[in-house]
Amino acid sequence: MTSATESSGAQSHYKLTHLKALEAEAIHIMREVAAQFEKPALMFSGGKDSIVMVRLAEKAFRPAKFPFPLLHIDTGHNFPEALDFRDKLVENIGERLIVHKVQDLIDRGEATEDPGPFPSRNRAQIPTLLDAIEKYQFDALFGGARRDEEKARAKERIFSFRDDFGQWDPKNQRPELWNLYNGRHRMGENIRVFPISNWTEMDVWQYIMLEQIEIPDLYFSHKRDVVERRGQLVPIGDAPFGPREGETIVNRTVRFRTVGDMSCTAATDSPAANLEEIVAEVAAARASERGARMDDKTNEAAMEDRKKEGYF
Amino acid sequence: MPAETKSKTDFSTDPNANKGMDFSTDAYLDMDLLRFLTCGSVDDGKSTLIGRLLYDSKSIFEDQLEAAESASLSRGDQRMDLALLTDGLRAEREQGITIDVAYRYFATPKRKFIIADCPGHVQYTRNMVTGASTANLALILIDARHGVIEQTRRHSFITSLLRIPHLVVCVNKMDLVDWSQETYDKIREDFEDFAARFEITDITFIPMSALTGDNVVNRSQSMDWYQGPSLLHHLENVHIAGDRDMIDPRFPVQWVIRPQGDEHHDYRGYGGQIASGVFQVGDEVVALPSGMESKIKSIDIGGDSQPLATPPMSVSIQLEDDIDISRGDMLCRPNNQPTSGQDIDAMVVWMADTPMKVGKKYTIRHTSNEARCIIKNLNYRLDIETLHRVEEAEDLKLNEIGRIAIRTTKPLFYDPYRQCRVTGSFIIVDEQTNNTVGAAMIIGETS
Repeated sequence: MTSATESSGAQSHYKLTHLKALEAEAIHIMREVAAQFEKPALMFSGGKDSIVMVRLAEKAFRPAKFPFPLLHIDTGHNFPEALDFRDKLVENIGERLIVHKVQDLIDRGEATEDPGPFPSRNRAQIPTLLDAIEKYQFDALFGGARRDEEKARAKERIFSFRDDFGQWDPKNQRPELWNLYNGRHRMGENIRVFPISNWTEMDVWQYIMLEQIEIPDLYFSHKRDVVERRGQLVPIGDAPFGPREGETIVNRTVRFRTVGDMSCTAATDSPAANLEEIVAEVAAARASERGARMDDKTNEAAMEDRKKEGYF
Repeated sequence: MPAETKSKTDFSTDPNANKGMDFSTDAYLDMDLLRFLTCGSVDDGKSTLIGRLLYDSKSIFEDQLEAAESASLSRGDQRMDLALLTDGLRAEREQGITIDVAYRYFATPKRKFIIADCPGHVQYTRNMVTGASTANLALILIDARHGVIEQTRRHSFITSLLRIPHLVVCVNKMDLVDWSQETYDKIREDFEDFAARFEITDITFIPMSALTGDNVVNRSQSMDWYQGPSLLHHLENVHIAGDRDMIDPRFPVQWVIRPQGDEHHDYRGYGGQIASGVFQVGDEVVALPSGMESKIKSIDIGGDSQPLATPPMSVSIQLEDDIDISRGDMLCRPNNQPTSGQDIDAMVVWMADTPMKVGKKYTIRHTSNEARCIIKNLNYRLDIETLHRVEEAEDLKLNEIGRIAIRTTKPLFYDPYRQCRVTGSFIIVDEQTNNTVGAAMIIGETS
């Protein structure tokens, strides 16, 4: 860490590293949205990508406040550590957080949990998000999705248009040229904006290291109760996240490469306890990050289908 | 692994493949970024080439390989189709075609790469132009059996039109022509012959076989007559720092940062991305369109002060004097200013199903500026196959390229595209559909 900081500090001011180039692009995109839209919001999940997005927003707008609030679509299936982290971060940066709960929509009968043996609130996020857009009249939402995560995302624009129903039409995307973003939209239409589209998992980790950004402990190696389910290490917690029949709880040294819902995020065996070790692990990794997301495994075009319905 | 899945895209037999990259933290933080474009159609071996670059740099993960493999098998293919790794949308997978630009990422210890993977057919010209707009380098694939064909010329022309600074001509499938130097030399001559008409300054030719891996990552053992670098070696080492214009300072103001609160009540920063040139604290600057002059008081990124800023950094600039500046204005040096004007001569690539009409009004976006314009004239349409000027053309249809004259409702601060890609480009937006319908490169003032 020390040597890295020193060597980057000694660099010529004229040299542009790839992280600085990606940072500059993301800041530009955020300012463009602030200028072209009336009511943007930044989707904040408590995961590392959205934490990086908050840092980028600080770079774009400090010393002023952000010209938008943070929005958390709360599935109720969060890791408790992620919620604690969220609240602490919001207090530190002094920005506004809106929490919109999936449970409220389920209670109102406007969203349902997926039936079946693997309860997931992944799909229930879609009506919840659309409800938040309607209630607060958001016309642009920042998301931390990256194109290296999944094939459908590899072809999505940075400014991704959604119709009144939040749907994405992959065949009818606006051409996006140079650094010129066309945010013109009609009432009721909104866009999803992905400022870190061009970042990879490795870039995100390197940026976290370079900027010394604090992230939840879940990402670092720790002892945790898990079960093996369909070849993955599933974290065990209070109901409904207990073990199923026939499953044996084991205490293993694991970490999470991605932090989503407890119901759909698997852990990986890992001794990586600090950022340098995580970066080394990512460089040597043999499974992609979304491989640990059970929600994408349903079928070959799972992500594309959910995106068309309004998922991020 | 069953015998039938052993295929030409199965790299596991290559002892050199995927041997792993050794990243040190310091090296990674010191890498630069190269954005390159690949264009070609299904048969050029483009997917195989990209697959090999991704695979050999460990950018394809096992679960993605498995997913592509199982999708191939369930579709009834005899072998794993590597294009499934790159063709992301369901329609593309079902039809076996590539219809949009896909962005791919890989890194070696020297550099990070972003590939804009573009479809090659003429009906996807607009997609290629989109991918080309942000590329520093273009890879053009030539099938050694077929030599220079119409598609090669079209792709080279777009490369030159969009002013991608570096071009690599990959003479692929050399294994199918017995690694013949004669064949390669002939293709190279043919290419140089027609490319002389284009403004392409840096061309590199590499004979290779993406299938066998010769000269992709490792130097070929089969072509000892070729003394140049492998493709990856070239991509890692091509000099791109000089592509940035450090001479002509241009700073389009994007967003004014004005904190509401006692702590920073004197702060008034102009947020934006440096389009070209170098800005330093203490520099004298002039704001356009007002013409008011001042000096740079500070440059910062999120409150971290910087002594200077170079393209394409996104920074916030404060001036010594309190002058009225807002989004769409531009900071530059008093003795080095862009052209300011409303009558503009430009090349345009049309991107919409509805043709461009002379006399119609559109909205344009240029740097952080928005204006309305009228298309005054279509000087000619350029036949992309023959490069002939069709002067009797009356409109521009999807994927057509032409030279137009526009008049804008307010002055734009621009440079010729050949001098600066950021201040020399604009997009045309249809005011009814809100769609981006044209991409334009400024030549200069209309005469």
